[in-house]
Amino acid sequence: MLPVFLSSGLFLGWSLGANDAANVFGAAVGSRMVRFRTAAIVSSLCVIFGAMYSGSGTADTLGKLGEVNALAGAFMVAFSAAITVYLLVKARCLVSTSQAIVGAVVGWNFFSGSATDPAVLSKIMLTWVACPALAAVFSIFLYKCIAGAIRAAQLHIFTLDGMTRWGLILAGAFGSYALGANNMANVMGVFIPVAHLQPIEIFPGLILTATQQLFFLGGLAVSVGIFTYSHRTMMLVGDGIVKLSPVASFVVVMANSLVLFMLSSQGLSNFAVSLGLPPIPLVPVSSSQATIGAIVGIGLLKGGRGIRWRSLANIAFGWVLTPVMAATICFVCLFFLQNVFQQTTFQPVSYELTPTAWEKLTELDEIKQETLTKIDDLWLERFPNAREFRQELRDRLGKQPETIQTIMYYARRDSLRLSPRVIERLGTEKLTEAEIAVINKLSGQVFVHSWHLKDVLGEMSPLWRYSETDAAHNKALDAKFKFLDTKLHIQEPDGR
Amino acid sequence: MSHSVLRKQIGLKKRIDEFLDQVSEASLLFKQGVGFYIDEKHDQFEQKLNQISTVEHHGDEMRRAIERQLYLKTLIPESRGDVLQLLEQLDTLLDCCKEVLWQFQIELPEVPYKSHDDMQELVSYSVESVEAIVRSARAFFRSSDVSDHLHKVSYWESESDKVTTRMLMDIYRRDDLSLCHKSQLKDLVRQVAQIADRAEDVADRLTIYVIKRML
Repeated sequence: MLPVFLSSGLFLGWSLGANDAANVFGAAVGSRMVRFRTAAIVSSLCVIFGAMYSGSGTADTLGKLGEVNALAGAFMVAFSAAITVYLLVKARCLVSTSQAIVGAVVGWNFFSGSATDPAVLSKIMLTWVACPALAAVFSIFLYKCIAGAIRAAQLHIFTLDGMTRWGLILAGAFGSYALGANNMANVMGVFIPVAHLQPIEIFPGLILTATQQLFFLGGLAVSVGIFTYSHRTMMLVGDGIVKLSPVASFVVVMANSLVLFMLSSQGLSNFAVSLGLPPIPLVPVSSSQATIGAIVGIGLLKGGRGIRWRSLANIAFGWVLTPVMAATICFVCLFFLQNVFQQTTFQPVSYELTPTAWEKLTELDEIKQETLTKIDDLWLERFPNAREFRQELRDRLGKQPETIQTIMYYARRDSLRLSPRVIERLGTEKLTEAEIAVINKLSGQVFVHSWHLKDVLGEMSPLWRYSETDAAHNKALDAKFKFLDTKLHIQEPDGR
Repeated sequence: MSHSVLRKQIGLKKRIDEFLDQVSEASLLFKQGVGFYIDEKHDQFEQKLNQISTVEHHGDEMRRAIERQLYLKTLIPESRGDVLQLLEQLDTLLDCCKEVLWQFQIELPEVPYKSHDDMQELVSYSVESVEAIVRSARAFFRSSDVSDHLHKVSYWESESDKVTTRMLMDIYRRDDLSLCHKSQLKDLVRQVAQIADRAEDVADRLTIYVIKRML
């Protein structure tokens, strides 16, 4: 079934290639500085490379927004995003796959009753608004530097021409890399938790993880989009919308790429943290909007006369319209998929303040006694989904998003059973033998909460303990626990 | 792709430089030719006439080759049109030098002794303006400051205007020349002065190209 369900993601990838690659190479191809074939080959390779090597950062953020936990659900999320993109492109709106996919995930959250984390959602929305502004700032800065350098260097008109060609190709390659890194999560992100692919060893030392395989497929879909459809959009970008000098288009592509790269590079984010700055949010953004931001930046530098303010209004319109439309389509389609086609679109997640959860909450410093008194009556009551549980908590506690988040984390029922047969089948691909040996000691036990398993394993062995200093170890541990969750999870009867 | 483009660009740079050399050479030949004509050194005059014809022919061929290459290899797409116009205008300037020299050969005008110095002066101002526009064009291609040379074109053009007026007034106030002769000389003087006028036209266009090329 996997290929059938993946098809919607591939469709979304195709439309990403058809539309967004034009932002990167449009000016170069449109002005005939670079041939379409060169642009298409460079762009395809770099998109695939970027997706496979830095694509996971933004995928994590999307995963935090809503973890789509059934294959049919993931199919519909990607499908409704793709339909939204297609319809809005037809209607000549400035559309972004990032906004469509976020809308669709929120639509899934609504349908499945999962809670949408307002902190993550607001982080994503803020980044969307910041993205064009950031691109404008970058383009102003780059333009000033490059124009100054060119004037100082006094290059021959043909030398400048040759350098600009090279520059456009390099900037296009960098832009495609950044596009793959930043936007591949849109295309394939929702399939990561549900598509259980085995790692493939191409040759010793080079192993393609499941995520990388998915991103490679997505990258291929993007390439097909570039080769089959992007020529037209490139000519449109190059000729129609704005007339830029080749040097200015180089600046625009660079500014766009830098923004996309910045918002998808885990390394850069870690570097910012090491300097004592807040981490850079890794959020999929719209490359079309970054491009328009960069062009507006250059327009402002030249006195702001040539700026078409309508295109800015169009961006703001896209921020609202695209997600709302995608969410609506997703919700409606999920309803049909579940009730007419009898597909599992989500695995229900229930919540309960079990004795274990209650005990843990009393131990926590951040949860005060009065809070516990207020939610006392919820003790042992089971809620079928996050939305209802959160509503009850809100009714009792008022506006305390962080406390509610904590309580929800500890009350979530994951129902993990460590049966000897399942433990046997865990295999040594993702876990070491020593780690499995620790798990084996717990054989036969049932854990209602995933955090409880984490705590118990952590107490039993340092292998399963989170480190206070080693971020890489913690990340690997997160991935291992996620793997355990999927393997040990047992379906509770009628979702309760 | 870009590697071969780079190689072609080096060839093209050389070609454009050579073309500008031809324009400048034609103006110098023109100056020498007129000098020999006035001094009645007919053999040397004819030699210059032949030389300028060859240079003009060469220039035409070069311009065509450059144009072909620019379009075939899609070089400098954004300023290609401007560069082509500039080259064509410079080529007309070159043609103009040749035509005026041929006019001497065809009409064999009798330049009165009193106007010899003025004629030499007029010719040298026209040639100066051509030289200045060639220097401006070179600066344009090398992206250095064009305005240094452009204002000189205007200067020499206005100087040549002054000499033209003075010469025509002198000629028409003379009693020893027939009206027919005066009319022929007027035409000749105007033709020589036209070289400077054309150079100024090129300079005007170049000013606009420079503004357009400002990033």
